[in-house]
Amino acid sequence: MNPLTGYLLVAALLFSIGLAGALTRRNAILVLIGIELMLNAANLNLIAFWRYGPHPEALTGMMFAIFSIAVAAAEAAVGLGLVINIHRHAHTTNLDQMNRMKG
Amino acid sequence: MSLVFYILAALTVAGALAAVLLKNTVHCALALTAAFAGLALLFLSLDAQFAGFAQILVYIGAVAILVVFAILLTRDSETPKDTVYGPRPLIGLVAAAGIFAVLGWAVLRSAAALPHENASPAAAPNVTVMDIGNALMGRYVLPLEIVALLLTAALIGAVIVAMHEKEGAR
Amino acid sequence: MIEKADQIFVLLGHWLVSFLPVWLQQPVLVLLGVVCIIVTFPALFAITVLLERKGLGRMQNRYGPNRVGPYGIFQPVADGIKSLTKEDIVPLNADAVVHFLAPVFLVVVVFMGYAILPIGRNMTLVNLDAGILFFFAIGASTELSVFMAGWSSRNKYSLLGAMRAVAQMISYEVPLLMSSLAVIMMTGSLSPNRIVDAQNQYTFGLPHWYVFTPWGLAGFILFAVAGTAETNRSPFDLPEGESELVAGYFTEYSGFKFALFFLGEYVGMMGIAGLGATLFLGGYSAPLEVLGFVPSWFWFIAKVMVAMCFFIWVRGTLPRLRQDQLMNFAWKFVLPLTLLNLFDAALWRFMGPGLLRWFVCSAILLVAYVALARIGMTREKFGPRSYRYAE
Repeated sequence: MNPLTGYLLVAALLFSIGLAGALTRRNAILVLIGIELMLNAANLNLIAFWRYGPHPEALTGMMFAIFSIAVAAAEAAVGLGLVINIHRHAHTTNLDQMNRMKG
Repeated sequence: MSLVFYILAALTVAGALAAVLLKNTVHCALALTAAFAGLALLFLSLDAQFAGFAQILVYIGAVAILVVFAILLTRDSETPKDTVYGPRPLIGLVAAAGIFAVLGWAVLRSAAALPHENASPAAAPNVTVMDIGNALMGRYVLPLEIVALLLTAALIGAVIVAMHEKEGAR
Repeated sequence: MIEKADQIFVLLGHWLVSFLPVWLQQPVLVLLGVVCIIVTFPALFAITVLLERKGLGRMQNRYGPNRVGPYGIFQPVADGIKSLTKEDIVPLNADAVVHFLAPVFLVVVVFMGYAILPIGRNMTLVNLDAGILFFFAIGASTELSVFMAGWSSRNKYSLLGAMRAVAQMISYEVPLLMSSLAVIMMTGSLSPNRIVDAQNQYTFGLPHWYVFTPWGLAGFILFAVAGTAETNRSPFDLPEGESELVAGYFTEYSGFKFALFFLGEYVGMMGIAGLGATLFLGGYSAPLEVLGFVPSWFWFIAKVMVAMCFFIWVRGTLPRLRQDQLMNFAWKFVLPLTLLNLFDAALWRFMGPGLLRWFVCSAILLVAYVALARIGMTREKFGPRSYRYAE
């Protein structure tokens, strides 16, 4: 078995675990944790394909993964700022209670 | 498939499972940190040194601490001891299991088309930081500048979103 | 003969592993290096603790500990025995697993930072191409252990100290990285061995250390300031302020776990000092060419110990900074100066060798320093007292 298959399976497993977390938990921050796990799974996919792909010296996969890390960090910062702001209004982070458009 | 890969994969998956299953939110964040560390080690085992160290520096050193701070700043006055899952968790689990089934089937189905491990082992690409620097300043300079703009916008946006409102507007 | 004294540890290691089969030699060599690091730096830690207590005592016009041995030199042994035999109290409400893992995590992470430091010629444990990035990545993980310690104690003072400590460490991590970025830019490599090799040349007997250039001196001072703040060391030790927060984030720790935190803090200090020596002070190279016969590992250890004496000196001299003063200082003074230092280093490189570049680069840095200090750091006017409640 090619080692690439193993890494891809681990990435798929991480992605589905992150998706399950984002869909079932009801704390807003845990949904963000699930999203971070999904992004990391995609990064693992990118690096695995870069390593075992045809042209690793072109650095495409590594560059993509580095930019993905940067964008994910920025998105986590903005998302958590939003969660903090919502908590200040509604005094809760329970997603089931944030079901009204009017504040 | 070497033993090191199995250990690292087990660590990462265990951390991820703990991050979505535990009750205490801070424990979830710490398990997420363990998952990040496992992923960084997986990157290192794939000869992606720069990506692995950047993963540790950015994710464990910044994103994990950000998540922990957000958890501490948004703690409810009473700790909810009832269910931590939403009203219908089964749908989410089924969806996630379905996606894993599809992805796993695709990977395993195409595994037969890949060369076998012992046939011709892929040579480890000798990537130095100098190569990455040259690539960032040469071929990928446009994404670099765009990411710089994006990070500045995200920084300013996050500060404005999370800032205290002025006293008169309340 | 000089070569042998210089390489004595390397030769000893190779001789010891020559008794083993070939496939086992490389791992055992690395393991021997790890054991040496784990033995050497805690020994230096013991010396540093004694030096600190005696030095601080003298600066405060009192003797330090002088009961245990002649001039108190066996005090670290007494401290060790005390912390090993003290009762290990864990609060009832504390989170037991995280409470146990926090000091373990801290000690593991700070010892990992020594893997890339060139302690002598050919004496780097792991020769990584992105070594400096590895050190900073590992240093960023220290903050997480501080938070774990503070949160798991379920104690308001611990949590407050932990959050202050993490905010301070994050704020000063950026100037730490940026001040070392000037050195990395001038050397063109992230590998500590290449950085030390670039500084290992001599003109007229004086070395080419980066600290002897204007941008290097400014960078070294900024690195020292940021490093002091990274390790929660006075005057930036509000998180563990003994007169303020009992003991900050390790209030609830006693006995051996407290000793582990103490060890972790000082070993982290020595790691930052080692990195500063590698980046700015030439690593294992001797100060004058005539002193080249002294072994290289002696110079590295000497530089680290001089840096520790400097840390102790600063602790005994300067008053503590308040949290908002600390953060103001980081973001409004140190960070712009590091950015300007980068520009200055580039200007140094492109002006070509000569006397003019010394004047221009020094002038830019001095003007910026005075301008930032006068204009950027003025305090706000004191108005009527306003209250802000935590929400």
